[in-house]
Amino acid sequence: MDPDLKEIHPKIIQALLDTETDITIDDALENEMILNMGPQHPATHGVLRLVLRLDGETVIACVPDLGYLHRGYEKLAENMSYYEFIPHTDRLDYISPMANNVGWVLAVEKLAGIEAPPRAQYIRMMIAELARITSHLVAIGSFAMDVGALTVFLWTLREREKVLDIWDILCGARFTNSYTRIGGVANDAQPEALAKTKWFIDQFEDNLAECEKLINTNRIFIERVDGVGVISKEEAIDLGFTGPNIRASGVPYDLRKVQSYLKYKDLDFDVPVYTEGDCLARYFVRLDEMRESTKIVRQVLDKMPQGEVLLNQPKKVLPHKTEVYTKMEELIHDFMIVNFGINPPEGEIYHAIEGSKGELGFYLVSKGEGHPWKCKIRSPSFNNIQVLPRLLVGQMISDVVAIIGSIDPIMGEADK
Amino acid sequence: MDLKELVVQKLKEHFPDTNFESTNYRDELTIKFPKEIVVDVCSFLKSDPDLEFNFCEDITAIDWAKRKDRFTVVYQIYSINNNFRLRLKADVDESDCKIDSVTSVWKAANWQEREAYDMYGIKFNNHPDLRRMYMPEDFEYYPLRKDFPLMGIPGSIPLPKK
Repeated sequence: MDPDLKEIHPKIIQALLDTETDITIDDALENEMILNMGPQHPATHGVLRLVLRLDGETVIACVPDLGYLHRGYEKLAENMSYYEFIPHTDRLDYISPMANNVGWVLAVEKLAGIEAPPRAQYIRMMIAELARITSHLVAIGSFAMDVGALTVFLWTLREREKVLDIWDILCGARFTNSYTRIGGVANDAQPEALAKTKWFIDQFEDNLAECEKLINTNRIFIERVDGVGVISKEEAIDLGFTGPNIRASGVPYDLRKVQSYLKYKDLDFDVPVYTEGDCLARYFVRLDEMRESTKIVRQVLDKMPQGEVLLNQPKKVLPHKTEVYTKMEELIHDFMIVNFGINPPEGEIYHAIEGSKGELGFYLVSKGEGHPWKCKIRSPSFNNIQVLPRLLVGQMISDVVAIIGSIDPIMGEADK
Repeated sequence: MDLKELVVQKLKEHFPDTNFESTNYRDELTIKFPKEIVVDVCSFLKSDPDLEFNFCEDITAIDWAKRKDRFTVVYQIYSINNNFRLRLKADVDESDCKIDSVTSVWKAANWQEREAYDMYGIKFNNHPDLRRMYMPEDFEYYPLRKDFPLMGIPGSIPLPKK
């Protein structure tokens, strides 16, 4: 812990508790200032609140304050069935809900000891990578907007809109998708959805190059982010950085490669790694990752096998609705699962996927009941924001928004 | 040698007087030990050249409600070099709701322990900054304890004064 932080605490806590928040400075020549940033601030990507201590224009201490979006999802998860929690995972990282759906069902499947059919796994890889593309598009767009380049945001959102259209065809929803099911996905990917995905990735790389051209040669952008917010490899590991952020510091830690869940080991892709560890490197990692994701989606479309998309295991997997309405057996199983749950055997698992922001893990403890006894969400944004004070101290006040934008926090999952 | 066996064997060699319970479920190794030696075990696991558990993924707790040792503190740690994940567990009783902090071992533990403190009321000794993570500082309850009702407690969070 930084010695400056220790010093500042009583004052800040007092300020938080008191109704009046102005802090009086005794010494007239004292030029330190406490600046409150957020929770309602356009550059904090939601409701992140930072209390900054400034010496002139230099940040000498920073205390993030979380909890403005705390909805108690872990408590809710303990009181509902594994199926009922799928829609809630959409609201964690609301920029890439599909990836959260995939993470949750994979964790539950591991707990229940089942595995989805191959076609469902390929569809899951496809949606997880498309989710990564949308997430990085928003990240890059808003990062550029934070440092003053507004047009990029409009252009990246235009690309994101096309993916949202794919999701619209796939599952009928654009934002909160809830597309995956335990043991598979809700419905097979329609030919139109696959064709649209193919069309999207074919035109995406050119459009991405166009967006990139807007800022990569822009001297104002480069000089504002180059060498700002540097963190070394060792510190990044020690402080719990994950995702594109840790890969920008030279650690090739990507769960798709090292743990190879789903069918990622059958696919050929690289993990982009930069060693600089500054804001610019984090931006470049995201750009390269989108290119790798298009590579993955292209291979997934080529290799996707035919077959079932939902496992045939009536005690654990909810049958398809059309069957529930027409067949007696399925109706009984549907009734049992909805009312009593899937009752995984007693035990505990931790399963993590490489979400768009980093390592998204679910720790589940089952007592053999229909609802989890304990559910812990290891959210990447929470752990990434923890690094903020370390990155901000010593930087200029104008770099604060650039650094927040570069680590790309989503408060929905940081606050849970 | 399999890394799972190596971890257990090394721990037993290094802490001969301690009783380690190891379980292997769904290919995940869990090691349980008394809470007094948590910092020693963690710093040993981090510094041992063959193990190098340098990454602390997550710290949380479980409330068992009616059990004698009511809480279990759970650590998910990971070795990036060996690509190996390990779960550590230590029981904490409600009457002595304290455990030593591992922030000296992994800095990432700071907020994770604060979150566990906020949600379960487990105090982490020697923690540099043990404040609530999500709930207001004057909130009296611990929301993830099993005796906290799902709908919350009316009036427990006062509305801002006008």
